[in-house]
Amino acid sequence: MSAASFSRGWPKYGALAVLLAPSLAGMAIFVMGPILGSLALSFSSWDMFADIEWIGIENYTKAVADPAVRTALGNTLLFILGYLPPVVSIGLGLALMLNRTFPGRTLFRAIYFVPVVTSWVAVSLVWKWLLNPEFGLINYGLSLLGVDGPGWLYDPQWAMAGIVLTSIWKDVGFIMVIYLAGLQEIPNNLYEAAEIDGIHPLQVFWRITLPLLAPTTFFVTTISLINSFQVFDQVWIMTEGGPAGATSVIMELIYKNAFRYYQMGYASAISWLLFAIIFAVTIAQHLLQRRWGATE
Amino acid sequence: MTTLAVPVARQSAPRLPRLSLVGIAFGAVMVLGAAVMLLPFAWMISTSLKTAGATFVMPPQLIPAEPTLDNYAAAFTTLPMGRFLLNSLLVSLASTVLMVLNCAMAGYAFARIPFRGRTLLFYTYLATLMVPQQVTLTPLFVLMTQLGWTNTYQALILPGSFGAFGTFLMRQFFQKLPREVEEAAFIDGAGYIRIFFGIAIHLARPALATLFIFAFMQSWNNFLWPLIITSDTQMMTLPLGLSALQGRYTTNWNVLMAGTVISTLPVLAVYVFAQKYIIRGLSHTGLK
Repeated sequence: MSAASFSRGWPKYGALAVLLAPSLAGMAIFVMGPILGSLALSFSSWDMFADIEWIGIENYTKAVADPAVRTALGNTLLFILGYLPPVVSIGLGLALMLNRTFPGRTLFRAIYFVPVVTSWVAVSLVWKWLLNPEFGLINYGLSLLGVDGPGWLYDPQWAMAGIVLTSIWKDVGFIMVIYLAGLQEIPNNLYEAAEIDGIHPLQVFWRITLPLLAPTTFFVTTISLINSFQVFDQVWIMTEGGPAGATSVIMELIYKNAFRYYQMGYASAISWLLFAIIFAVTIAQHLLQRRWGATE
Repeated sequence: MTTLAVPVARQSAPRLPRLSLVGIAFGAVMVLGAAVMLLPFAWMISTSLKTAGATFVMPPQLIPAEPTLDNYAAAFTTLPMGRFLLNSLLVSLASTVLMVLNCAMAGYAFARIPFRGRTLLFYTYLATLMVPQQVTLTPLFVLMTQLGWTNTYQALILPGSFGAFGTFLMRQFFQKLPREVEEAAFIDGAGYIRIFFGIAIHLARPALATLFIFAFMQSWNNFLWPLIITSDTQMMTLPLGLSALQGRYTTNWNVLMAGTVISTLPVLAVYVFAQKYIIRGLSHTGLK
């Protein structure tokens, strides 16, 4: 009997009902339905109590003009700008170092990864205490260096820096592990050839390692970018968007609108704007990578 | 099976020259980096053992002069930390088992059973991956409210038990699996269901483990959904309970750190024993 007849096996609708139906039902109720529901809600005005009112694109025009949305978007971009380049480059640096063989390598890899498995709430609380202006370890360390540490989360100028620092610390191990997997894909004979030709290690890095890691870099930046547009947990625990809105980000704005003010329609509209931004950035990045790949 | 390759070093990975200047600098950077990663945990444990007075002393003591367990007692008496732990365990385990099971079954169906509209349906699944989870929060909350499910386990468990990503992962795995064994069983008269539960699911163990670790971590650390759907203290999971503790003890950092230790310890204990598999699992799924 051939493979084709196995695939054409007869009582397949019973099998589909058992194997596929649970997933399909769950996806319809908890994923696909809510996606469509959210799109519908975004064209309505509804506080969950009064009757739902359909208002067309009013939520979207309101959101585009809303200074709170602009502030939140600006702060989200500020977060991304401060977070993404360091976390990717430090993660890459660690991966390059851990890709060598030396005693204790597995232990170091495990240590750098510990924050990744810890919950955001726990990490945020510990860092809030570390960043305490008066009694925190970080400002104490700075004082030993003769630096008068800032007010961190209590200072609008420094609050986002504190959140960025925390996020880099938490995520750098994750980036490192993805890069370590990417480094395994580079054929070793390229390095051997470079060594025979006596090429300087820095040249090897720029000409071999970095270009061949491009797919990994693309993957890592895309994932991190999508995640950072949705930054929420650490902001909520550490500052709730304060002080004076200095760390108000998009997800925090959506949360407040939906679950504090019960503006379900408006919150849905902002979340679809967020989706549109993430979608556009991902596409742009994809196109950029293809152009970059073509010129390599 | 290439997606399940273990990220270990190549045999001939570049080796460091011993005791050179570069070697010493390299070691210094590694150790300094490890200290930066571990110091916050040390600070957390140290603070959790301090008296209120010792918490606000400058210069800070890394090793408490008069260690005390009072903060742990305070954390446990103010809030039901034990209950939070049980809630977290129940919710994460149930949602992970459901997720792994339905994704494996659906992934197998998509990989092996031809039916009309299969490609279209699979692309519909994939399309949901494009939409950030946050988009669905508002309608999910409305749905749960209308079902009267706020502050219930099913509301904490079910929305996190389905996902296109796991289905995609399992479908990929089954597609790469050779068909011969299954075909032999088919000739012997077994149907898809028996082949799946009798053979395929056992062959899929590595992929199931990867998905299990990924789903469990995600559920265990989830904060936003429990925050939205629970207001009753008895129904809170650990991350949410910890944030509730912050509401009670805004500046009692010694008690807050005791709570943080309680919530972090179970994960760290599992991590110490299973770090190899956890790192591997999370690096393969490529997601947090």
